[in-house]
Amino acid sequence: MDTYVIRQVSVFSENRPGRLAAIARALQDEKINILAFSIAEADGFGVVRALVDRPDRAFETLGSLGFNVAFTDVIAVKMRDEPGGLYEIARILGDAQINIEYSYAYSGKEGAVLILRVDDVQSAIQALLESGAGSMESSAFQ
Amino acid sequence: MFWNQKIETLTPAELSDLQLKRLKKTLESVQNVEFYQKQLKSAGIKPRDIRTLDDVSRLPFTRKQDLRDGYPFGFFAVPLREVVRIHTTSGTTGKPTVVGYTRNDLATWADLIARNMTMVGVTEDDVFQNMVNYGMFTGGLGFHYGAEAIGATVIPSATGNTRRQIEMINDFGVTVIHCTPSYAMHLAEVAEEMDSPLESLRIGLFGAEPWSDSMRTELEKRLGVTAYDSYGLSELFGPGVAFECQEREGLHIWHDCYLVEIIDPVTGEVCGDGERGELVVTPLAKEAMPLLRYRTGDITMLMEDGCICGRAKKIARITGRSDDMLVIRGINVFPSQIEHVLLQIAEVGSQFMVYVDRINHLDEMTIDVEINREYFSGELADLSRIQKKVVKELRDTLELRTTVRLVEPGTLPRFEGKAKRVIDRRNGL
Ligand SMILES: [Zn+2]
Repeated sequence: MDTYVIRQVSVFSENRPGRLAAIARALQDEKINILAFSIAEADGFGVVRALVDRPDRAFETLGSLGFNVAFTDVIAVKMRDEPGGLYEIARILGDAQINIEYSYAYSGKEGAVLILRVDDVQSAIQALLESGAGSMESSAFQ
Repeated sequence: MFWNQKIETLTPAELSDLQLKRLKKTLESVQNVEFYQKQLKSAGIKPRDIRTLDDVSRLPFTRKQDLRDGYPFGFFAVPLREVVRIHTTSGTTGKPTVVGYTRNDLATWADLIARNMTMVGVTEDDVFQNMVNYGMFTGGLGFHYGAEAIGATVIPSATGNTRRQIEMINDFGVTVIHCTPSYAMHLAEVAEEMDSPLESLRIGLFGAEPWSDSMRTELEKRLGVTAYDSYGLSELFGPGVAFECQEREGLHIWHDCYLVEIIDPVTGEVCGDGERGELVVTPLAKEAMPLLRYRTGDITMLMEDGCICGRAKKIARITGRSDDMLVIRGINVFPSQIEHVLLQIAEVGSQFMVYVDRINHLDEMTIDVEINREYFSGELADLSRIQKKVVKELRDTLELRTTVRLVEPGTLPRFEGKAKRVIDRRNGL
């Protein structure tokens, strides 16, 4: 199952100008490729979530610059590029009583990919594999 | 254990009779001080106007600056030939403050120290190492004579040469130490370096600077002592004014010698029990240098609950200085209260900054606090939970709604010496 678990880099960031740029710049300097990212904001602070090709190096680099970094386990699903593609994935997880905490999508070489943070990673992978929707292996990214 | 059980456990009626008698006497003796003659005259108060203890609130305050202005002997109420000792307190600016003692004053002071030490279980069987400055500072000689009075074996080691201090503790079988909490921390470090377990120690008396409960836990663990908080100031003899008993829930202040008021430092109004404010003391048993309503500048409160040890009302541990107080929407807030709250929340650091603004005629307080690196899970929801927790804990303590901003670890200013954590932007509005 662990081959399907993808490590997202989560960075604590105050909502002040230049923080996102500083993160992107630091990763670029290390030639770390950002495959996808999203920003979640609350009252005065946020979390930058990034899917990168070399998570350990990203963790190290950002940590050494003083950023507060954590790994978050996420999963990735290829979406059928047709109406109802998103609904199907949501339904599979819903039927398995799994909550989606957040998700973000990106379009890569493999087509549209949905990144999912769920409350029960192992059960989610199992449900997706059993349903035939499939779950992408982490080696596809990292 | 009591040093003087009768006086330490007077009934409330006996105590107030004694206090009133002594207050009247104090009012007579301050007539020998020009400053008070003028003050009382301009306030239109004659000694006979003071009929009850409540009348003390009619008397003028005495401030630290008044004492400085009286340099050197302006506040002595007896001729210099009756003054048998002088101490001074160092001023950060200008002249020091001079305090004087008659023979009776020294006896009274030693008696108070003896009460404190006996209260926490020090006896003539103890070996006491007094690791504070013995010069003009009151801490050295003050404790020295009190400890001799109870018959402990006193080692006047004073400060410095920590390795030698540790050797003496081990070689002389020292059981009780007195020093500042920061020196105690240093002592623990050096003892650990020397691989010396300080096995004989059992009691630590710490004072002269504020220290937290977490510091107490650490000192107790590292030194193998039970730690007690000691409070005093030179203007009120020195150390020994108030002291923790074995319950260690607040400090017993000696009401037969000190008439205590807690006031709002801004309005001067008297606070009720359980309300924090500035400690104002009228000493009741000082001959050489009697004072009226001395503004200590220290923030505390009279505690509502009695103590199972049988002694009278306690004050809370000092939580700050009145100069640092902020008034937010009419509520008094001390930066130390904020620090205290943050220290108890593991998810955030103890550094903080406070910003005060006036928005739509309302005071708004914003507190920046660093997230603790170890507690960042990567989830926004967890951060929000931490933020709400800080807001709630602050509201419970300050009785005030605040805005809390979580900031990145290591980004808030660090201060050496006196911290400037409050930025009040209401000025000029
Ligand atoms: Zn007690």
